[in-house]
Amino acid sequence: MMKVALVGNPNSGKTTLFNELTGSTAKVGNWAGVTVDKKEGTYKKAKTPMDIIDLPGVYSLSPYTLEEVIARDYIVNEEPDAIINIVDATNLERNLYLTTQVLETDVPVVIALNMMDVVKKNKDSIDTKALEQKLGVPVVEISALRAENIERLMELVGKATTKRQPLDIFKDSKLETSYRQLVDLFTTNGVKQAAFTASKVLENDEKVLSFESVVALKDQIEQITTVTEDNEALMADVRYGFIDSELSSTIKKSRILGEMTTSDKIDKILTNRLLGLPIFAIIMFFIFHCTFSENFLGLGIASPGVYIQGLTEIPIGWISSGIESILDTLGASSWVYGLIVDGIVAGVGGVLSFIPQILLIFFFLSFLEDSGYMARVAFIMDRILRRFGLSGKAFLPLLTGFGCSVPAIMGARTLEGEKERKLTMLLVPYMSCGAKAPIWALFAAAVFPNHADLMTFGIYFIGIFVAILSAILLKQLVFKGEVTPFVMEMPTYHWPRLKNLLLRLWDKLKGYLVRAGTVILASTIVLWFLGNFNLSLQMVEANSNDSILGVFAGAITFIFEPLGFASGSAGWKAVVAILTGLIAKEAVVSTMGVLYTGMESEEEFLGDDDATASLVATIAHTFSPLAAISFMTFNLLSIPCMAAVATLRAEMNDRKMFWFTIGYWIVIAWIVSFLIYNVGTLLGF
Amino acid sequence: MNLKDVKPGSTVTVKKVSGAGPIRRRIFDMGITPNTQIYVRKVAPLGDPIEITLRGYELSLRKAEAQEIEVE
Repeated sequence: MMKVALVGNPNSGKTTLFNELTGSTAKVGNWAGVTVDKKEGTYKKAKTPMDIIDLPGVYSLSPYTLEEVIARDYIVNEEPDAIINIVDATNLERNLYLTTQVLETDVPVVIALNMMDVVKKNKDSIDTKALEQKLGVPVVEISALRAENIERLMELVGKATTKRQPLDIFKDSKLETSYRQLVDLFTTNGVKQAAFTASKVLENDEKVLSFESVVALKDQIEQITTVTEDNEALMADVRYGFIDSELSSTIKKSRILGEMTTSDKIDKILTNRLLGLPIFAIIMFFIFHCTFSENFLGLGIASPGVYIQGLTEIPIGWISSGIESILDTLGASSWVYGLIVDGIVAGVGGVLSFIPQILLIFFFLSFLEDSGYMARVAFIMDRILRRFGLSGKAFLPLLTGFGCSVPAIMGARTLEGEKERKLTMLLVPYMSCGAKAPIWALFAAAVFPNHADLMTFGIYFIGIFVAILSAILLKQLVFKGEVTPFVMEMPTYHWPRLKNLLLRLWDKLKGYLVRAGTVILASTIVLWFLGNFNLSLQMVEANSNDSILGVFAGAITFIFEPLGFASGSAGWKAVVAILTGLIAKEAVVSTMGVLYTGMESEEEFLGDDDATASLVATIAHTFSPLAAISFMTFNLLSIPCMAAVATLRAEMNDRKMFWFTIGYWIVIAWIVSFLIYNVGTLLGF
Repeated sequence: MNLKDVKPGSTVTVKKVSGAGPIRRRIFDMGITPNTQIYVRKVAPLGDPIEITLRGYELSLRKAEAQEIEVE
């Protein structure tokens, strides 16, 4: 099958074109060893189907970012049969910068001039024929968004099968002589992609300079040219110079520099010095309100997120009662029944019921991203986050963490720097998520009935405070050395396309379901087993002190004793609650319900209003205020849940950092709780 | 004069880009090369970064990076 790589700038419409070409055949994976999406699909409308590979969106083929290295390695080493270089026609000059680099290889290229509809609407024009002639490759005007001219594009791609003469941009430039000598040298010595390699050597490209075939010719290269730091400047000048002198004449613009477009007018309001921050706050509030509020717009009805979540609980309920009756008919033994109903169905079902809200948040965030607003959020927030060693782009994933850690950790993908991405993922759980809220509510009612709001605020504050301190600390110690430039394109605002949003949600959903079926399933089974069997493997009352979990909790109670909440004969109960909380934070309150009120099962506890009152009363006299804060702090700062851990593992893609992060969460949770309890005690609280 | 000190609403021409490494390269890749015209569009609500228009598109960069760009 013909292999076709899709190359283009970020925001050039590459994803839209890819979706258009491949439809439902697309598969998302990772490039070997790194967390950069690798998307591959099949174009079926041609006589012979083509394999389409979506390379990461890049501005250049420099050796500095992960995405750029992936793109160039693919082009040079894998040698696709053809390349579609998608070019944003509304932003031709800068997009052609990448084109000049791609065309220095001999791989057949077809240029897809995207967003031609917008160009025409702006009353600008582009002389496609002239452009074709200057670049020496076919240029097709398309609109990926409206699916215009795609078949024509693919027809030309199908014909583009013979190797090309690489584009020569060095005519009359200062580097012309050295370039030609290098090309000759590389050609005679059989170096792959001689022209491309020559211009990269001139650019002082460390990666190309370290190629074996290039290192072997080191002496001869040095005879031809001395490559200095300044070569980068010269090369950028040669490329843009070529674009300015040869290609600019093909564009006719009716707009003058600095004139306002509709997008500019929208931007003027959204990033206004006075209104920018309040508008952003309102948008964020609205997103969270739509997703998590029980009282939508003050109307006393559930928000869309809560409503849909309620709806999904119905089929989960059916499935669970269906399974129950099947087990009844089969006469399953009590442990099989318990494992399937209380363990697997309750555990996995509980996690699955969060999917609507996670997807809804993701929908809103994808909407903001596709519309171009996300870049503005980074623009507005950068100043604040830079103080802590992060960039403006980290703000959104962190904020999402207040909803749910899972989409927040996934959202960190948009960050450019590897270290910043990992640091952000580590900080995410410190933003108190939705599932932790019931714990705060329980303790507020039990221990701080008169200061509930203040206490809740305080807990959120502790989280943010620890996040800030951790960011500063880890930036110095662990994630040091990386400087991520904040040189970011501000894309034109446009209305997102539903198809793209839905495809993105579908990818996320698939990933989440796979994790629910593997890691989460496995951990609920293990937890259920530990909570329902004693050491001689006989079934005992759920999570009781005879169970393995209870015995284990009792054995490690000493670790938690310095934190103030695990002392005394009932201390092990708090430890069990902590342990189940590591699997899922929703489990903390229900576990405490069972353990502290002597209810038979979690369902019985949750279905009984008096039970809540009795739990509140028990907690009120079991926990001192300081012990309560310490307990909450530990829950706030330690491992958020297995779903987040599974997501972290996939997204980090780095064993060492993954375990470091897990360890960091636990150790910091312990230290902060310890400090709160003991300093508080010393101060006489 | 460097780009950091240019008032919003004015147009300048790039003379030279100093600095080194990935950031400098990124600045070049984004089209900030000698003789490029830059229109300084605005400053972020909190005073940094800034937004500029060049080669027909919008770009934002921090003042720290703008400082490396000499203009007139």
